[in-house]
Amino acid sequence: MGHILVSQLGKAYKRYPNRWARLFEWLDPRGLPRHEPRWVLRNIDFSVSPGEAVGIIGRNGAGKSTLLKIITGTTLPTEGRVAAGGQIAALLELGMGFHPDFTGRQNVFMAGRLMGHSSETIAREFGAIEAFADIGDYLDQPVRVYSTGMQVRLAFSVATAIRPDILIVDEALAVGDVFFQQKCFARIRAFREAGTTLLFVSHALGSVYSLCERAILIEDGRIALDDKPKAVIDLYNARLVQHANLDPAALQVMEEAAADTPHPNPLPQGERGPEGEGCQRVQTVGSYATAGAGIESVQMLDSGQQIVDSLISGSEVVIRVRIRFAAPYADPHAGFQIRDSRGEAIFMTTTYGMRQSLGLVRAGTVVEVDFFIRHLALAEGQYTLTAGVANEGSHQGEFREALARLQNALAFTVLRNYDAIHWAGVYNLAPQCEIRRVGGGG
Amino acid sequence: MRPQFSPSHFVPVMLRSLWAYRGFIFANVGREFAQRYTHSLLGGLWAVLNPLVMILIYTLIFAGMMRASLAGHESNPFAYSIYLCAGLLPWNGFADIIGRLQGVFPQYANLLKKASFPRSCLPLIVVLSALTDFAIVFSLFLLFLLLIGQWPGWPLLALFPLLLIHVGFAVGLGLLTATMNVFFRDVGQFVGVALQFWFWFTPIVYSTAILSGETRSLLAWNPLYPLTQAYHGLLLGHAWPDWSSLLGVTVLTLLLLWLSARVFLRLVGEIVDEL
Repeated sequence: MGHILVSQLGKAYKRYPNRWARLFEWLDPRGLPRHEPRWVLRNIDFSVSPGEAVGIIGRNGAGKSTLLKIITGTTLPTEGRVAAGGQIAALLELGMGFHPDFTGRQNVFMAGRLMGHSSETIAREFGAIEAFADIGDYLDQPVRVYSTGMQVRLAFSVATAIRPDILIVDEALAVGDVFFQQKCFARIRAFREAGTTLLFVSHALGSVYSLCERAILIEDGRIALDDKPKAVIDLYNARLVQHANLDPAALQVMEEAAADTPHPNPLPQGERGPEGEGCQRVQTVGSYATAGAGIESVQMLDSGQQIVDSLISGSEVVIRVRIRFAAPYADPHAGFQIRDSRGEAIFMTTTYGMRQSLGLVRAGTVVEVDFFIRHLALAEGQYTLTAGVANEGSHQGEFREALARLQNALAFTVLRNYDAIHWAGVYNLAPQCEIRRVGGGG
Repeated sequence: MRPQFSPSHFVPVMLRSLWAYRGFIFANVGREFAQRYTHSLLGGLWAVLNPLVMILIYTLIFAGMMRASLAGHESNPFAYSIYLCAGLLPWNGFADIIGRLQGVFPQYANLLKKASFPRSCLPLIVVLSALTDFAIVFSLFLLFLLLIGQWPGWPLLALFPLLLIHVGFAVGLGLLTATMNVFFRDVGQFVGVALQFWFWFTPIVYSTAILSGETRSLLAWNPLYPLTQAYHGLLLGHAWPDWSSLLGVTVLTLLLLWLSARVFLRLVGEIVDEL
């Protein structure tokens, strides 16, 4: 019970050259196909042991949802086989096919019957379902007046009313509010402890990291990597940055971060470098280079000098900025800025601010600046890194001449650190705590 | 491994899974019924009111015209009404089954795409739902016969085999076209048009007595003609049907059921992808 075996699975949709082709295909006595198969999944092989929790990640359209639909039996595979043992509860997308005109109560019974439960079983569990969904009087209102959050609450409550052997969750939880999400995760964890197999699809990499012991990255309908979550998330993030201009999820972070946030070193218009041949790298809004200097690369490295795109909160990182100067400067400085997904600057500093100096540079000098951060204890989420170069710092972090800036040079993900204390906010201050009894009886 | 599409192989499996989902099926039949009347004040009354008005209109318009042609029933003031109902009510049931089946897969697209359940539940739900409406209206008609002293007596038992063939024919034809309708929406439109022709091609409103011999011979091509004839004989003449006349339509029904099951089973997987 609870195992899933997927072997040589493939799913193709039929693509016909025109409307009539299907009719001709039906009528053709020789049975010649007139369509081209469009493969959305191919050669998928994996197995999940009972009680295992596997996260499935991939970009939009990679085939994750199709895979789950085949496992649940909603869609038939074109080739290959799926074997799943035991009762499956699936939360595919939103609402489980609730009927809008009927009340939450009626839909609960409907959905329960659809899962193969008897009316008696549903009636017995109804109190628990009602309590978990916690939508109050809305239970007797038609579902069409529900908010999406309420629909998800009810759908999750019904789907998980009875512990299934296999629980399949597809993005559904992204909708609810944070308190309900926590309640759901608590229930999922409880199921896990009781031996339920979990298949979890999410863009929230932090959830995959914390819930799953294994992850599968699906790319263009194939398994790109099947490994520990950390390794899979790293690969996924690496690909995400590669495709940054194509992927809506990554692009969103970039765009939001690039939105007009105040420049750390306000730049007078006249001092902006000459346009044209000097402007070599304009990556995103807000980036520029002058004839005098350009940022060659910005990297984020872990303690082992490996380039990383995701890290666990509190890890040690090195931000490495490489600058090539094309003209001599007396007192150039480098700086970096970390911004969150809303584009708010979380932190910024410069070598000037750190009372360091790059020294005099000549045309052709290449400088590499490493900023060591012992504990990057940011809250989980997506961040971007921006780097800049300027000349001649003056008081209060301003510079006489801005030379180059690489806006949102890279994006990285901070994952929750489950070894750390429980905390909330922007940055883990890692407080110490001392408790003394200073009065009263012992 | 290529799945088999032979109905003989699938039907026992299908029946077992349908039984397991009987709760779901009956709940949906009830829901379909409730859904139609959930926002109305008169509720289920509309299920009766609609055919009642239709019968009244036809009676008012055609009764005088047809009286003469219903030979042997001149003494019965309700003869034409009974004649009309005997043909019209089963026809409505027949057209209702076929019509609703056309829309069943698009109607339940949301569910088909999101949940896993035996797909054969869906046609069964709409067929049972159409039969519920038919049962209500037809019971009222039988009650009316009882009240006016026209109760047919024992031959009424023949109604069961007649309706069985009639429903089987509707299901076979409806499921076949409904499955094709998912891929070519023209089919559903065509069925709607064809049903209108078919209605007037069947002696429901008129009697065969007004037709010329040539036209009457055309009726031999209408598989519903022997059924309609049997209903008329049964409900108006209180006579047992001529069973031999029903042989053709019975064979045709079995053929359609087999064909529709075969097509449905072959295409059921593709239906979800197409919606």
